[in-house]
Amino acid sequence: MNSPLHGPAKALRLAGIGAVMLALGAGFAYAAGWIGGPRLTPQRIIDTFEAQAGHYAGYRKNHAKGLCVSGYFQPSGQAATLSTARAFSQARVPVIGRFAIGGANPFAPDTGVPVRSLAIQLSTDDGQVWRTGMNNPPVLAVSNPQGFYDQVLAGAPVPGTGKPDPAKMQAFFAAHPESAAFRQWAASYKPSDSFASTQYHSINAFRLIDAGGAAHPVRWQLEPQTHFSPLPGQVDDKQFLQHDLQQRLAQGPLRWTLRLVLAEPGDAVDDPARPWPAERRSVDAGTLVVERVDGPEQGACRDLNFDPLILPAGIEPSADPILAARSAAYSESFNRRSRESLGTGAKP
Amino acid sequence: MNPHAFHPLHRLLHWLMAILIIAMLFIGVSMVADLSPRHPLLVELHKATGLALLLLVVVRIGLRLTLPHPPLPQDLPSLQRFAAGASHLLLYGLMLAMPLLGWAMLSAGGYPRPLQLPAIAPHDLQLYAVLRQAHGWAGYLLFATVVVHLGAALMHALVRRDGVLRSMWPGPLRRSE
Repeated sequence: MNSPLHGPAKALRLAGIGAVMLALGAGFAYAAGWIGGPRLTPQRIIDTFEAQAGHYAGYRKNHAKGLCVSGYFQPSGQAATLSTARAFSQARVPVIGRFAIGGANPFAPDTGVPVRSLAIQLSTDDGQVWRTGMNNPPVLAVSNPQGFYDQVLAGAPVPGTGKPDPAKMQAFFAAHPESAAFRQWAASYKPSDSFASTQYHSINAFRLIDAGGAAHPVRWQLEPQTHFSPLPGQVDDKQFLQHDLQQRLAQGPLRWTLRLVLAEPGDAVDDPARPWPAERRSVDAGTLVVERVDGPEQGACRDLNFDPLILPAGIEPSADPILAARSAAYSESFNRRSRESLGTGAKP
Repeated sequence: MNPHAFHPLHRLLHWLMAILIIAMLFIGVSMVADLSPRHPLLVELHKATGLALLLLVVVRIGLRLTLPHPPLPQDLPSLQRFAAGASHLLLYGLMLAMPLLGWAMLSAGGYPRPLQLPAIAPHDLQLYAVLRQAHGWAGYLLFATVVVHLGAALMHALVRRDGVLRSMWPGPLRRSE
């Protein structure tokens, strides 16, 4: 065994050891994003939501205003050849859901926001869970997270009016030609007077995996079985959609058809801004039956993160970059609101 | 008689876990700030590796408690002796706590768990908040402890030159003294 070092040799080696430790620490800080150039992170997206709409402790950081429902899904059996997911074959699948409007303000008037959403969790008897968050537009205006962030910035409410600056929105659309399909949809969209008569879309594409292991790229939509009637021109009730849903469910359950739309080679599977041709084959996978509604932000849906990547065996994600970003941002929102529920006991 | 070196199985586990733990710490801290398509892959990898590390640490604690291990050098000052003992206790505690906190956190958050493992905590948002933050802070503490552990090992090898690093050396031991 060698004897311990002293003097300059010792100092040199100590400095070397210090440098190794520092380098490791610096690498860790870089991996964490604490040093290095600014990046688009889930934290930055949620910060931006809060900067624009305000900080509402304990609420979801987007689609903040909503209410919990429950019911079940009754598969038709027709999708069982496309995917091994138990939800397509089990006789009756319990469902927890949440209707919401877009935006980070939990006190916004229901009809002041064009975006409506329905998120559901299907729990099957094989112990698997499927969560899907769906919106009324069939496509997004953007194809990737940076585009989404640009859209959020362009849509910042102007002090005074509380509305986005039209010039900024125009500049955003000009800079994002991929938004053409979304703009076309928005121009022709007629909002209905109810969550019940709204159609919801999976936003992103997924892959159904059949028993042979083959993948079928798919988008899905919930088509209302409640007949459409248009939203009145003037609505005074800020809880218009929530009250409507409560009244309808007091009279009986509400139904939607879950339709799986199958892509063909060449379709834009990984781009949520691009629609698929209307003639694509689709399959009626079954019926969603919503039976009960809980109070606003009360009930079983409140403590769930409707992360669209919580998928059962038999359904896999597409490579759509927005899908991964949604998962990351939802997780950040869930972490923040759970933390906020600690300090203040904030429970929306 | 105490040996001069750790049992080969213990050395194998040490270096295997060292690689996995350092990888885990970097994966964990980068995935939460990442919204690219890497994010879901890193999360899956993080959960799978966490589960593997839980199994490995249980085996390792068993080995540590049953196999004889080399003593610290006789001439080590008592403060360093205390620091060595305390930091190893902390390392073992954190290696065990990290995967358990991760598992409990997924349970409390109402998230599915890998291999459909059962929930080990009730679904409760406030409990999730506590466990999620504990998992994060314990991760930072584990990283700091690993860095100090590495620094101390290098001190033993390069400055004190006392054979402590050699007792955990991953290759065959050439000299036995």
